[in-house]
Amino acid sequence: MSEIVAVLGTYQSIFKLRDNTITFPEQAQQAAIGCLAAAHMEPGDIDAIVFSLAPTAFMGVADANHWSVDHIFGAGKPMLRVHTGGATGGSVVQAAYSLVRSGMFRTVMIVGAERISETPDAQKVLNQIFDPFYEKDMPLQTITTVAMAATAYMQRHGVTQEDLAHLIVRQRRSAMGNPHAHLKGIITIEDVMASPMIAHPLKLFDCCPRSSGSAAMIVGNMDAVRQYQSRPAFITGVGSVSDSNWIGDRIVPTTQYDFIDWKLTQVAGRKAFERAGITDPIRQVQVAEVYDAFSIQGLTQLEQLGFCSSGKGFKLEREGAWDIDGMVAVCPSGGTLCTNPIAVAGLVRAIEAADQVMGNCGAHQVKGVRNALATAVGGIAQFLTCSVFSSDYNTEH
Amino acid sequence: MASLFSSPLPTHAQVMTEQVTLRYDYALGEVAGAFMDGLRSRKIMATRCSKSAMVYLPPRAFCERSFEKCDSWVEAGTEGVIESSTIVVRGFEGSRPPPIAVAFVRLDGVDSAIPNYVEGLDMSNVDAAMIRIRPGARVRVEFIAEPIGRVTDFYFVLI
Repeated sequence: MSEIVAVLGTYQSIFKLRDNTITFPEQAQQAAIGCLAAAHMEPGDIDAIVFSLAPTAFMGVADANHWSVDHIFGAGKPMLRVHTGGATGGSVVQAAYSLVRSGMFRTVMIVGAERISETPDAQKVLNQIFDPFYEKDMPLQTITTVAMAATAYMQRHGVTQEDLAHLIVRQRRSAMGNPHAHLKGIITIEDVMASPMIAHPLKLFDCCPRSSGSAAMIVGNMDAVRQYQSRPAFITGVGSVSDSNWIGDRIVPTTQYDFIDWKLTQVAGRKAFERAGITDPIRQVQVAEVYDAFSIQGLTQLEQLGFCSSGKGFKLEREGAWDIDGMVAVCPSGGTLCTNPIAVAGLVRAIEAADQVMGNCGAHQVKGVRNALATAVGGIAQFLTCSVFSSDYNTEH
Repeated sequence: MASLFSSPLPTHAQVMTEQVTLRYDYALGEVAGAFMDGLRSRKIMATRCSKSAMVYLPPRAFCERSFEKCDSWVEAGTEGVIESSTIVVRGFEGSRPPPIAVAFVRLDGVDSAIPNYVEGLDMSNVDAAMIRIRPGARVRVEFIAEPIGRVTDFYFVLI
């Protein structure tokens, strides 16, 4: 008999480029304290901790999970760190889910922080994730590799830079309703098109900012729900998948999961939807917090998740299908495109999805949310997670 | 979070600066070592798995499709097709100043694509240059004057 797993509380800081008034472990502590308060819990009510921590070269203290133990009330408790790059925040949710679902723990706190701007050399850090013999001599990092996939995707489907601009304008506008968002505001298509080219076809406004901040989520079983939370978000479906490190294997006719179209998303999405009992995502899912560090990245995943056919996402964008009051609200928070604290960016997606179900989103709350999904992507899409948060639990899975 | 102090710390006290230099000697292994040896002879060597018939570049010791050892070396074609490409215009402090054209190219006779620089491309108009190196465009391999056994010994030029 597997335990039903629910979100008991969440916390996000305000995200910004940097914050000199607080250290990394203090920032993690801020999230732990905030999340415990949101769930009406004390540190002693937490059975185990999962720490959300991606590459630590950004902030300079290697593997800072040990630096944070005391600050997040970890001493004396089981604690593990999860690291799947940008997917870390999705993987921590699934790790904590598994720990509760298996019956091992009644409550698990997920917590993490990020400080990308502690170094001015963030692009060098990102270049360090590439193979030293065949790749690192090239200017490969996340922007340039996603730009290369975008070149092929846009040629294949007839998508233009103006199409991408419509999404950017919508998400910056949506972020205005999100007090935690880093970039936000009313901008025009012309503003996006006039932003400087970084790696063709991606311009500055196609790229996420470097965000610092922290986030936490507490999950628990039904016993904990009864004690702490009258309006939980149930975690009803999880799916995750990995793919080859070799980008050059994934953009050729012999590929197993075509990277150009982000086919990998299908694998994680199908499993998550099957577990959550979702057969018709357009009708059953009201919010999609897809992980979009770049403008090209979110709708390609949405296509593979079955919300529309491949290549149609950006046409529907122009028709308003993904607006807050559209067919499906896509990243009503503004998404990773507006706020990217790498180590917790996927966790923020999960928090936003859970908060939408729990009715906690304030100005960017979508009406009548029964199911919300969150994805996270790590490496150069070597890791991908999809999780479904629901107002009711599915007794069949 | 409320400040612990009645007034904020002065800004000059809020940052401590450090610079870290780390040195590495990456072990090449037999397969990458043989590839680098090939470059010195102006050859791009791929590995092949007879069970899956896949030809890999960069070369692999092991076939991830058949779970068998790659059991032979194959010399890659000197021409190929661009599978994806970009021109890096700014924002990257690499070894070369931008603009830089980079492409993943599937060389003839090989199943996978390998990244490298595209040289000799007029990038005065980036949009126009991107059309010339679009996916599907054909390129040929050229070597630098004195190969040293590094992947940057070769580069691509449009045919």
